[in-house]
Amino acid sequence: MYVAVKGGERAIERSWDLLAINRRGDEAFPELSVDQIREQLRLAVARVMTEGSVYDEELAALAIKQAAGDLVEAIFLLRAYRTTLPRFGYTVPLNTEAMHVERRISAAFKDIPGGQMLGGTYDYTQRLLDFSLLAEGGPRACSADTKSPSASKQESMPRVLALLDKEGLIEQEKMHEDAPEPGDLSREPLMFPVERPVRLQNLARADEGFLLAIGYATQRGYAHTHPFAGEIRHGEVAVELEIEEVGFAVEIGDIEITECQMINQFAGSSKVPPAFTQGYGLAFGHSERKAMAMALVDRALRSQELGETVASPTQDPEFVLYHSDNVEASGFVQHLKLPHYVDFQSELELIRRLRAGIEKEAQHEQQVPQVQQEPSEENAV
Amino acid sequence: MNARIEESATAEGYNFAYLDEQTKRMIRRALLKAVAVPGHQVPFASREMPLPYGWGTGGLQVTSAIIGRSDTLKVIDQGSDETTNAVNIRRFFARTAGIATTTRTVEASIVQTRHRIPETPLTEAQIIVFQVPMPEPLYRLEPRVTECRKLHALADYGLINVKYYEDIVRHGSIATTYDYPVLVNDRYLTSPSPIPKFDNPKMHMNPALQLFGAGRERRIYAIPPYTKVKSLDFEDHPFSIQHWDHECALCGSHESFLDEMIVDDAGKRMFVCSDSDYCQERRAAQEGV
Repeated sequence: MYVAVKGGERAIERSWDLLAINRRGDEAFPELSVDQIREQLRLAVARVMTEGSVYDEELAALAIKQAAGDLVEAIFLLRAYRTTLPRFGYTVPLNTEAMHVERRISAAFKDIPGGQMLGGTYDYTQRLLDFSLLAEGGPRACSADTKSPSASKQESMPRVLALLDKEGLIEQEKMHEDAPEPGDLSREPLMFPVERPVRLQNLARADEGFLLAIGYATQRGYAHTHPFAGEIRHGEVAVELEIEEVGFAVEIGDIEITECQMINQFAGSSKVPPAFTQGYGLAFGHSERKAMAMALVDRALRSQELGETVASPTQDPEFVLYHSDNVEASGFVQHLKLPHYVDFQSELELIRRLRAGIEKEAQHEQQVPQVQQEPSEENAV
Repeated sequence: MNARIEESATAEGYNFAYLDEQTKRMIRRALLKAVAVPGHQVPFASREMPLPYGWGTGGLQVTSAIIGRSDTLKVIDQGSDETTNAVNIRRFFARTAGIATTTRTVEASIVQTRHRIPETPLTEAQIIVFQVPMPEPLYRLEPRVTECRKLHALADYGLINVKYYEDIVRHGSIATTYDYPVLVNDRYLTSPSPIPKFDNPKMHMNPALQLFGAGRERRIYAIPPYTKVKSLDFEDHPFSIQHWDHECALCGSHESFLDEMIVDDAGKRMFVCSDSDYCQERRAAQEGV
C-alpha cells in the first residue's frame, strides 16, 4: 500500500544503468568514438554547437554520443555545461567578408564578383539511397582535385548585397560608432521590446525545426516578405579577441560558419521610398537550412520597425522569441511526465461537484413537469 | 550520464551548491528586490541547470543562492519526499553542497516544494522555496507578457474578476482549483504556483519567508513573513477550500489534503494524505500512544 510513489532513489539509479546499456547497444559491434562522430556526423555536430551556443566540436560530439543521437538532448547537455563556464571576454565582431569560402551562392545575381561556388551540397544529389555505403571501408570517392583553392590565394569575395549599395536600393548593415553594446541573452533575461541584436541571438540559439516552420509560414502568406536568397556563404572565419594587456586584437582561432543574407521587398512608407531590406541568418558549421530560416524569421520580426502591419504570429516577437528555444520547450512539454496528483485531484473534486450539481438540477426539472401534468389531466377529465 | 554525475559528486569541478558565486549574487539581488516588493515578479538571468526547464530549475536556483553549509534541506513534490523528482533534487544538493537533508518538516531550515505547502505549520526560522512553472497569474487571459506587465503596473485586475464572475454564472462557483491567484499585500496579483487552493490560506500571515522561482520564465518573486495574502473572491461568493467526505486511510486525518488512489481493477479507491511526512508523524504519534 502507498507504494506508488516510493522507492524513487533506487529507481533512478536503475534507470541510469539501463540508459547506459541502451546507449551502448549490442556489444558485438565496436563502440562509436567521439572522433568518429566529430568527423563523420559533421552536420549533427554543427547543429548541436549552434543551438547549444558553444563552438566546440569535441564537446558537441561527446554530447551527441551521450544522448544516443537525440540532438535536442545533446543541445541541452551542452548548454548545461556552457552555463558553468566563466565569461572572460567578448570577441571582435566577425568579418565574414574575409571568410575563407568553401561554398558561396547567390540566387539574386547570375554572376557575382568572386564567382558562385557550389562546394559540397546535398542540393543536387538525387536522393537515391547509396547502397555502396552499406559496404563499409570503401575508399573515398575522389576523382579530381576537390580541394578548394585554399593554397592558392582566394579571390576576394565582397558581399553581394554591398553591390546594390551604390544605387541605394538596399538598406545596408552598418556599424554605428555609438552603437550600444549588444545585450547578452545568456546573461540577461529576454525583455520586451527587444532590440535586433538580442532577437538575432535568440534566433541563433533557436530550434532549427521551429525556425523552419515559422520561416515557411512567412512564405505561405503569414507575413509577406518576398524573399530572395541574396547570398549564402559557408567557410572559415578568424575569431579575434581584444587582449587588454597587449592593447590590440589577437587571432585566437578559426571557426566554420554559414551566413545567409536574404533580400526582401519593402513597399516603402510615407517617409521611406520603396527599397530592398535584409533578413540575416548565421549558424556554426554548415547549416544552410538553419541560416536561411533564421533570415526569413528575422525579416518578419522587423515588421514593426519598418512600419508594416503586424498581422501574423510570425511577425510577433513575443510569440516567436518566447517559443523558439528547444531546451525550454522540450523541458516544459516533458514536465507533464512529472506527477500532477495534487492538481488532478483538485480538478477531479471540482468536476464531481459540478456534475453532482447538474444531476440534482436535472432531477429537480424532471419532477416539476410531472406536478404540472397532473392538473392538466384533471382538466381534460 | 551516470559517470558524469558520479564524478561531479567527488571531483571538485563545481562550486558549492553548483552555481558560481557571481550567479548566486545576481539571484540574491533579485530576491532582495522581490522581498521588498511582495508579490511582484522580478526578472532574473535564469541559467541552464542540469535539470530540464519545467522540472524545478527556478526553485533549484533560488535554493542554490540561499543555501549555506549549516542548512537542512527538505524537498517535496506533490507533498511527498519520495517522488522521483523530489529525490533527484534532494540528491543534487546533498552532492553539490554536501548539506544535511531531511524528510521531517520541523527539522528543515529550507523546504523546496512543488505543488504543496506542508500541513505542519512553518516557523520564522524556515524558508519555503516554490517551484513555479508559470509566474504570470493572468497568462490564460492575456498571453502577452508586455500586456500583463502593464496590467500589473496599473493594478488592473478586471479581466480575472470578469472571468470568475462568468464562472459563477456558468457553474455556480469559481472553477479554479489549483494555482488559484492571490492578492499579496493588497497590491500585486500573484500566482501561488500550482498548489491546490486548499493550501492558499497557509500563505496568509505565514511566519516563514516564501520565495518563488520560475526558471524557464526567468522570474523571481516573494512573500515576506507575516504578509497579507488574500485569495480572490466576491463578497457573496467567499473563497472556500476543498473538503473530503473521507479521512486518511493511514493516519485518520480529517484536516489534510488527500490523494485518491485506485487500488484494484474494480476501481476501488483509497484516500491518503498527500503530505507524506505529516501522515508519518501522525502515525508515529498514534503508535507511541
